[in-house]
Amino acid sequence: MNAYLITIATLICINAIVACGLNVIVGFAGQISLGHAAFFGIGAYSAALLATKAGLSFWAALPLVVVITALIGLLLGLPSLRVKEDFLAITTIGINFIVEAIFLYIPFFGGALGIGGIPRIMLFGVRLKGLTFFLLCLFFLLLVLAFCWWFSRSWGGLACFALREEESAAASMGISPVRFKLLAFVIGTAMAGLGGALYAHYIRFISATDFSFPVSVLLLSIVVLGGMGTLWGPVVGAVILGALPEVFRPLVDYRFLFYMLLLLLMIRYQPAGLLGEGSMVHRVFSLLLPEGKK
Amino acid sequence: MLLEVKNMHIAYGDIRAVSGIDFSIEQGELVSIIGANGAGKTSILNSIMGIVPLKNGKIVFENEDITSLAAHQRARAGIRMVPERARVFPRLTVYENLMTGVYGLRKTINLDVQIAWLYDLFPILRERNDQPAETLSGGEQQQLAIARALISNPSLLLVDEVSMGLMPKLVDQVFDVLKQLNDQRGLTILIVEQNAIASLEISHRAYVLETGAIVHQGMASALLEDPKIKEVYLGTGA
Repeated sequence: MNAYLITIATLICINAIVACGLNVIVGFAGQISLGHAAFFGIGAYSAALLATKAGLSFWAALPLVVVITALIGLLLGLPSLRVKEDFLAITTIGINFIVEAIFLYIPFFGGALGIGGIPRIMLFGVRLKGLTFFLLCLFFLLLVLAFCWWFSRSWGGLACFALREEESAAASMGISPVRFKLLAFVIGTAMAGLGGALYAHYIRFISATDFSFPVSVLLLSIVVLGGMGTLWGPVVGAVILGALPEVFRPLVDYRFLFYMLLLLLMIRYQPAGLLGEGSMVHRVFSLLLPEGKK
Repeated sequence: MLLEVKNMHIAYGDIRAVSGIDFSIEQGELVSIIGANGAGKTSILNSIMGIVPLKNGKIVFENEDITSLAAHQRARAGIRMVPERARVFPRLTVYENLMTGVYGLRKTINLDVQIAWLYDLFPILRERNDQPAETLSGGEQQQLAIARALISNPSLLLVDEVSMGLMPKLVDQVFDVLKQLNDQRGLTILIVEQNAIASLEISHRAYVLETGAIVHQGMASALLEDPKIKEVYLGTGA
């Protein structure tokens, strides 16, 4: 495989990990978030600072990065999840802008220069780059998918699904809305933190604009395109939205126009996403698979 | 006294839905609140459940003031509701819908026994076990909503407009089940209903609600015979 393809595949992998986290929040628990890039950024900045300032290795820092991101997710989720729908969308956009501004204006975070000189990840004495780094990302993506699969079958997952479908009915069944929305938010932001750490050690130079609002839009587009609440949706979405800009390089200036158009078209014609129930792909596969299996 | 509601006021912004009503339910009773559309019946049930906040007043359940508890805490204390139009979780299967009723109670109830009992009560649900709830008919969804509320062995069951949108034969069936639950298991039930005849026929006592206030109350059998009630609510008057 040539280096160019590996680069694209690696970035798709990282985006898919972060989008899986967003899928837990939006697809499983039904809570809109337009600020997921903030947590991607918090993960990347924590990893970068722990590596460059504290001198920790990627492996020593990773658990810390995930915990830090999830804790900030918990802290910001607590007030945010008290509002619903449009207000939640606006609140999460606000979070994105505030976090980006903090990275940009506080010298500790490198200011406009960002943070450079982030070391490569070492594994068994080998520097990971190119194909080996891609395989590491793939490994973490599979881990994240396995966790999502387990969570969707757990009691916590069932509570999130119930809240997504009918919040007041779920509450009158004894399911605490705050508790399980927060659980989804913490899981989702922890995955964003993991993606951020991988991103920081891959790009090795990060700055605030890498985690600005349009990135949140891209992440939401990935989830909506692939199918909210499905297991593989974020992966399919990340592959398509990661590959298309490369195929249509000359149209790069119009990328976000395209994302918006795509979001609108999906919501109008395939609201469940490519892999969602009732979608074209889903119907084709239901025809191929034996009765009763989906 | 299982449930005691004192001076209940409910308002949506400036619009007053319920203004200062008092009522109570004894252990083992089956009580109806009847009244026209918009009289405030659903608001009363929602505020007992904790979904709609009280503007003023007090709700006492099993001798404890539950006015400040959230809906899920009241559910765990033993109040369960069959909401208007069933409100089952459409994309979850019948079995998963039932499982949403046991949070916090998994250690105290025997799930297998409960499921077997509910499937005997509503045999159609056993057939539909693995189907998403949205594929069920209106009547089946209503049965699922009742089963979902019953799985936790509640001490008080609130039933909101269970007859709405059901064909008459199903309405009778559902009311028969409620009566049977009350007779055989001693389950305390509060029904709010527009279908006054059907609910009065199975109830011990009833309250008549008119624009947010209780205008009549008494034994259900007496209300069924009352000429005024007959004329206004039962549609059988002169």
